[in-house]
Amino acid sequence: MSTQIYPTEPLQLWGKAKELREKYYLNYRDAHKNGGLRWAGGAWSFDAVPAGLGRDVYSLTSEPYGATLAHNKELSLECLEASENAGYARDLCSYMRLYWGSILIDKYPYGGGYPKPDFIWQDHICCSHAKWYQVVSDLEGGIPMWDVDVAAGPYKDVTPAKVKYIVDQLQDGVEWLEKTTGRKFDDELFIEAVKNEMRSTSLWAAVCAENKAVPAPLEEKTMYSLYVLATLSKASREVADFYAELLAEVKDRVARGIAAVGNEQVRLMSDTQPPWAFLKIFRYLERYGAVSVGSLYTFGLEGIWEVKEDGSWGPRTTPMEKGLEIKTRQQALELMVDWNLSKPEWQHFYHPQLKTDMMLRIAKEWKLNGIMLHYNRGCEGLSLGIAENRLGLLKAGFPVMTFEGNMGDEREFDENMTMARVDAFMESLGVKKIR
Amino acid sequence: MFTQFEQWYAKRHDYARDWKERSGGKVIGYFCTYVPEEILYAANVLPVRILGGHEPQDVTEPHIFGMYCPFSRDVLAQGLKDRFSYLDGITIAQSCLHIRQAYTSWDLHRPTEFSYYLPMPHNVQSDHSRTFLRAELEQFKGAVEEWTGQAITDADLDRGIDIVNTNRRLLKQIFELRRQENPPLTGQEAMYLVLSSQMTDKREHNQALRELLEQLPQRELKRSTGERLMILGSENDDIPFTEMVEQVCGATFVIDDHCTGTRYFWNESVPNEDRLLEIANRYVDRVPCPTKDWPQRKRLEHIEQLIEDYGVQGVIVIQQKFCDPHELDIPAIQKVLKGKGIPTLFLEFDVTAPLGPFRIRVEAFLEMMRQEDLF
Repeated sequence: MSTQIYPTEPLQLWGKAKELREKYYLNYRDAHKNGGLRWAGGAWSFDAVPAGLGRDVYSLTSEPYGATLAHNKELSLECLEASENAGYARDLCSYMRLYWGSILIDKYPYGGGYPKPDFIWQDHICCSHAKWYQVVSDLEGGIPMWDVDVAAGPYKDVTPAKVKYIVDQLQDGVEWLEKTTGRKFDDELFIEAVKNEMRSTSLWAAVCAENKAVPAPLEEKTMYSLYVLATLSKASREVADFYAELLAEVKDRVARGIAAVGNEQVRLMSDTQPPWAFLKIFRYLERYGAVSVGSLYTFGLEGIWEVKEDGSWGPRTTPMEKGLEIKTRQQALELMVDWNLSKPEWQHFYHPQLKTDMMLRIAKEWKLNGIMLHYNRGCEGLSLGIAENRLGLLKAGFPVMTFEGNMGDEREFDENMTMARVDAFMESLGVKKIR
Repeated sequence: MFTQFEQWYAKRHDYARDWKERSGGKVIGYFCTYVPEEILYAANVLPVRILGGHEPQDVTEPHIFGMYCPFSRDVLAQGLKDRFSYLDGITIAQSCLHIRQAYTSWDLHRPTEFSYYLPMPHNVQSDHSRTFLRAELEQFKGAVEEWTGQAITDADLDRGIDIVNTNRRLLKQIFELRRQENPPLTGQEAMYLVLSSQMTDKREHNQALRELLEQLPQRELKRSTGERLMILGSENDDIPFTEMVEQVCGATFVIDDHCTGTRYFWNESVPNEDRLLEIANRYVDRVPCPTKDWPQRKRLEHIEQLIEDYGVQGVIVIQQKFCDPHELDIPAIQKVLKGKGIPTLFLEFDVTAPLGPFRIRVEAFLEMMRQEDLF
C-alpha cells in the first residue's frame, strides 16, 4: 500500500545543528586550556550576563546536560544510582539526579571527568532550580554561586516593580561576577549578547510558527535537536545566526510543500519533556501517519511569542526590529527581563489556565487532531497543573491521551504500555496504521 | 487545660461558621504560612489555614498528577468535598509548586468571590526582596480593600500587626517552657496550640494563651519526659503519630521545625514607619521554608540553635512523600546532625501514617539512643 502523500527531504542544517551542539560541550570542557572561564546554570539562566566577562566564557546548562546523560542508557543508570546512594530521593527531578550523578562518578559524556565550573549563575522559578546548585556546590566542596529569583508573577500582570526586582538582582550579580572572576564586565559584549538572545528566541518562535503549514515542514523529534541550541547558548551569535539560516530553510520547505512526515494525516502535539530514551514513540506515530508538530514545550521553553495584529501567535518583535537602540547596561537588563518574563513556559507556574489557553491556541492555529500529554515524573515544574490542562483541553473538545513516564529515568517508563495507549488513541481518532 | 485548643482544631469548620455568624465578617482560606495575615486582620477578615483531613480520598486524581505530595492532594480534597463551603475567599503566597496546585485547582473548581495569588519572593536572602514584597503587599492590600469595600488605614494595619505579633509572642513564651528538664506540656499539646492558632480568630486565641501561660509554670506532667526529641520537616499535623511517640514510646517532642509549628510564629515584625515594609521584612526574615532557603542554608543554622537551646537528644526528620524542597535539604541536615553526634530517624509521611510500622521504627530509634544506659 502506498503511504507517501507529500514529498519529503532531509533537513540540510541537521548536520550543522549536531556540530554546534558537540562544539558547545567541548568548548566548555576545554575552556581552561585557553585561559577561559566555565560557568554552570540552567537553560533559563540569563546567559547574556556572563557573556559580558569576555568571549572565552563558556557555560554548561543543566537541563540539556541531564537530557544528554539520559539518552545514554548505561551512563544514565550509573548516574541515577550514584545520586540515590548519596541519599537523594528517587522522586526528585531526574535531570538533577543525573547531573549530580555525573559529579559523583566523575564522568563527562564528552570525555574526561565532570568539568567543575568556576562559578554558578542560576535562575529560580521551579522549587528545584537554586537548590539543584546548592547540592552541586556541596558535592564539589564549594563553588561561588549567584541565583536570581524570576518568580515575579505572570506576564499579564507585569509591573515596573516586578521587572525592577529581577533587574536589581542582576545588577548586583554583575558586581558579584566581577568580584568572583577578577574580570571587568564589558557592557558592549553584554548588550551584544542580549541582542543575540532576543534574535535567537524570536527566530526560534518564527521557525515553530512555520509548522502551522500542512504538511508540517518539521516534526517534533527533529525539533528537539534544533530547539536545544537555545537551551545551550541562546545569547550566542552562532545560535542566533543558525536560527536565521534555519528559518530560511523551513520557509523554503513550506513554499515547496516539503513534509517532515510524508504520510501526514493526523496532527498532534505533545507536552513536557519527552522520555529521552524512548524517542521511538515519535517514529511509532508515523506508522499511523501521525505527526507531532511541536508543543508548548518545544515552542515556548525558549521561543518568545506575541499575539499578532490578526490575533494569531507569532514571534515576538525584538526591540531592534522596532528601531530601539540599546545603549546602557540598565536599559539592556530591563529589556532582557521583560523579554524573559513573557516566556510561555513561565506562565503556568502561576495558574494552569494560562497554559491551557496557550495550548488551545496551538491546537487551533496548528490545526491539531489530538494531544498527547506526558505526565512526566521527572519534572515537577513542567508537569505542574498538567491534569488541569487535560481537563481544559477535553472541555474544549480536543481528544487527549496521557501517558506516564520520566524524561530522564527510564526505570519509570513502560514502553509496551505506552505504545498500547498510542494504539488505543489512534483507534479513538479513527485512524489505522498505514505502514 | 488544652481542651479548648484541641476543640478548635477538631471543630475548625464549626468554629469558622460560628465566627462568621456572630461577627458578620468574611472568612478567607489560605494555603501557606507566607500569607500576610496582618493585612487580613486589618481588614477584619478571618484567615483560616486549609489543612488536610487525613483520610483516604478519591476526588483529586483528575486534578493533581500523582507525583505531587499527598498533603497538597488532601488539601484540595477538602475543597472538592465542600468541607470549606463557608469560605468567602482563598489566597496563597508563593511557596512550593505542590500546594500551589491545590490552590489553583480549588480556584478553578470551587470559585470564591475573592481569590489572590501573592508572588512572595523566593530570594529572601537578597535585600531587593523586601522592596519587591512591599510593592506586592500594596497590591494585595488594594485587592482586599476592593473586596471588602473598606479602606485599610495605618491604624488598621497597626491593629492587624499587633494581633498577629501578640499571638507569636505568646506562643513563643509557651514554647520557651519546653526548654525545662521536665517540660510542662507535651509535643502533642504544643501542636494543638499552633494548629488552632492557624484556624481561629487570634484575638480569642491570644486570650486563651494568656490564661494558659498563667497556669503552665505550675503544671507538672504525670509522666516521664523520656528522650528529648525534635521533629522537623514538611507540613505536619499528624496528631496520631505525635501521640504514639509520646504516649506509647515514652519520648517527648520538645521542639520542632515545621510550618505547622515554630516556623509559623518564631519571629515577630519589627516596628517600622512604613507598615507594609514592616510586614514585608517579617516574612523575608522569618525562618525559611526550604523553597526559599538559598543560596545559603540558613534554616540549618536555626535547627542547630534549637537543638542546643532545647537540649535535643534525637531528631525525627519527616517528609511528606514527594516533597521536593525538603528532600533537597534532608541529606545536608542529616550530614550536619551526624557530625554533631545527634541521631536522626527519617520517616516518609502520607495522608495517614502507618502507626504500626512507625512504632517499631521509633522504638528501635529510641533503643539505639538508650544503648549507653544499657551497657
